[in-house]
Amino acid sequence: MIARRTHEAAPARRTPADETPALALENITKRYGAVDALASVSLRVRRGTVHALLGENGAGKSTLMRIAYGLVRADSGTIAVHGAPAHIARARDAIAHGIGMVHQHFTLVPVMSVAENVALGGRGMLGAARVAERIRELAVRTGFALDPAATVSSLPIGAQQRVEIAKALIRDARILILDEPTAVLAPAETTELLRWLRAFADAGNAVVLITHKLREALSVADDVTVLRRGRTALTGRVDGVTRESLTLAMLGEGATVDQARDVREEATKVGARAASAERAVVYRAQGLTVVDGAGVVRIRDTSFTIHAGEIVGIAGIEGSGQRELLRVLAGRMDASSGVLVRPSRAGFIPEDRYHDAILLERDLAENVSLRGAGARTGTIDWRAQRAVTDRLMRVFDVRAADARAPMRTLSGGNQQKLVLARELQSDAAAGSHAIIAESPTRGLDVRATAAIHARLREAGAGGAAIILYSSDIDEVLLLATRVLVVHAGSVRDAPLDRDAIGRAMLGLA
Amino acid sequence: MLTRQPRLRAVLGEATRVSVLLASIAGLSALLLVAGGYHVGAGLDALWYGSVGSWYAFTSATLVRAIPLMFTGLAVAVAFRAGVFNIGAEGQLLAGAAAATAIALVVPRVGGPALLVVGLALLAAAVAGAVWAAIAAVLRARFGVLEVISTIMLNFVALYGVSYLVRGPLQEPTRVYPQSPTILDTLHLPRIAGAGRLHVGLLLGMALAVIGGWIFRHTAAGFRLIAVGENPSAAASAGGIDVVRTTTRAFMASGALAGLAGGVEVLGVTFALYDNISPGYGYTAIAVALLAGLDPWRVMLTAVLFGGLEAGAGAMQRDAGVPSSLVSVIEALLILTIVAAQARRLRKVHAPDVTFLDVRDR
Repeated sequence: MIARRTHEAAPARRTPADETPALALENITKRYGAVDALASVSLRVRRGTVHALLGENGAGKSTLMRIAYGLVRADSGTIAVHGAPAHIARARDAIAHGIGMVHQHFTLVPVMSVAENVALGGRGMLGAARVAERIRELAVRTGFALDPAATVSSLPIGAQQRVEIAKALIRDARILILDEPTAVLAPAETTELLRWLRAFADAGNAVVLITHKLREALSVADDVTVLRRGRTALTGRVDGVTRESLTLAMLGEGATVDQARDVREEATKVGARAASAERAVVYRAQGLTVVDGAGVVRIRDTSFTIHAGEIVGIAGIEGSGQRELLRVLAGRMDASSGVLVRPSRAGFIPEDRYHDAILLERDLAENVSLRGAGARTGTIDWRAQRAVTDRLMRVFDVRAADARAPMRTLSGGNQQKLVLARELQSDAAAGSHAIIAESPTRGLDVRATAAIHARLREAGAGGAAIILYSSDIDEVLLLATRVLVVHAGSVRDAPLDRDAIGRAMLGLA
Repeated sequence: MLTRQPRLRAVLGEATRVSVLLASIAGLSALLLVAGGYHVGAGLDALWYGSVGSWYAFTSATLVRAIPLMFTGLAVAVAFRAGVFNIGAEGQLLAGAAAATAIALVVPRVGGPALLVVGLALLAAAVAGAVWAAIAAVLRARFGVLEVISTIMLNFVALYGVSYLVRGPLQEPTRVYPQSPTILDTLHLPRIAGAGRLHVGLLLGMALAVIGGWIFRHTAAGFRLIAVGENPSAAASAGGIDVVRTTTRAFMASGALAGLAGGVEVLGVTFALYDNISPGYGYTAIAVALLAGLDPWRVMLTAVLFGGLEAGAGAMQRDAGVPSSLVSVIEALLILTIVAAQARRLRKVHAPDVTFLDVRDR
């Protein structure tokens, strides 16, 4: 199911006789004000290899790659492409040197066709018809499945990402930089992408893969570089490193073994989890059916029970109905038919916090006060609200000046911690308590991820029912005491096992 | 210490902004006067004397014009804060003016204490403005019609509605002039002693501004409105706020405030309904509200600033012979300058994907 790299499985890998790096960044320094974003960082990407670039948020990974792609100018340092010095002042120069970049957030026009999107930004006579032909050639040559006539908005995320890659390949990219490409993909799509990247590299090209996921880096990469606070913390062949050494390199000297263990993406503690069958029932669904706003049946006639203290992992490929299921459980959406017993108020951590959870321009106290604002009457004592917020900030280690700081000034990890703090505030009066977390650590660095995981575990241990969805099965396995797989609108229990869950997600078992 | 310094800097920044603004008003006007071949000194003189050059000019011209701008400015601020882009304060003002006129003309025939009739007329003005806004509010809530479009269209409907009324049901008895009969003296809003034509509408406007600012700062309802305006989906999901109800209420409150502007104008200044009763107060209100940062308290100040501009522009036309079209151009340019300065300031506080007329999906 999942790309597992074994040396036997990749016989095509070759050691290039020519050891001149495809891309060499030497002593790159970039300063923003008083902050060293990058302090004399070097990165050598060998031909025929996948090079994983790891690091926490703000470590400088994206800045380094944006310099290579000409989006940011380095203060000092040199760039060489295939041994020849390259002057890259803007993206056009990078493209001319055969460098392509796939950003985390796609830059596609949804209503246009694949071919039109690829043709966009081209100069001269790069028309859509000619591009369509070349996409077909590309498909034949590299096994890159993409229909040039399809409208982008109708494509699944994985295919949209292939459009982004095609944009680079059509412009003859030999060096591909991908920023967190698997963050948005379902497991099957991830496997497919990584396999394709491997083949692309094996054909004598080079790939730089920016990622948070250690398992991914270890499974597909030949070389790995870890950045920490703008400096190279570790670089070398992937054979010479372990999860632990990578984690410690990312977190730095102060990291505890505990933190290192928390961020490990393996479900080793599964067996130790306590059964909770005799605990209080928090959710009971019987014949639950959910129809979305467009009239599509998302969840069909499903029944399950969730107890206090359980951490229920939800798995499902995009569009299987888990999004609607989570919202119904959180009380943010109504079921269409069936019986659902649910707590009167549930904490909800939605996937897109900017859209659904926070007020970026308001201060932290106001963001905390948002919870329950719909039912509030009379006046608000902001002094008291700030005191509450200050306490939450201390308890949840939210790093900000004070409760008056605008939400926008916080890092993503601290914003998410505040959302979690707000939603975890227990409603003692409400009795049973539930937290629904949808991809709560997406885009967060290892340290913030570990903190969020710890809080969810604590809440579970404290008697709340925790319902966790993540597109990353490893994260589900790491935390869950039980897994529910959503496939085509039906919900059922799955064993705590990667492959079994993967099969269930595709409806195979 | 730590909190004082930024506050001092904020005050200094504010002062700088206002001086730059006033300088650019003078500069722009001068430039246009030169371009039009008029005497710059005389023009600027008139601008000064017509607005703040004398106690009479300040009270009877500037402040009198500031009153409708204060009401409509508040109307726009309330709506925009809730993410409702009500561009229809002009139409709501006209609806309010018509309703107040009708009540003030009809009810005295039945009889009743003057104070009660005035109160009734103002109430009718507020209700009429709210109803006028409700048309757009319902179109938005039910059918997703953009209020930017519907409110502008309703402005024209109101304009021609008034035009019809003053040539039909509300026309004066001789049927010569396109205007309503004059409202009885006993029903005029009292004037403020020693301040020329300035009437108590100013105090009513200031009271509403103070209350409005307090609601935004200290009440749950005000917080809901702000939350919905900033991020409707987060307000609904994280706050359990009924977004449609909140925006609809804000829309109606906005309409009521704009309607009151019309009622106060009829009972305090014009004493009759006629075409062009508003020289675009409902549009200038947008600049008044934006310059105030959508804060009701600051609307009190910006309304006076724009009232002064209107008054000064009138004097330029009267005393310096500058044609009214050029005066209109100057006013429009000033509003553009102010809105542009405001937008730039907002961008500096970084709002990457939010501009004022960015209609967000609900």
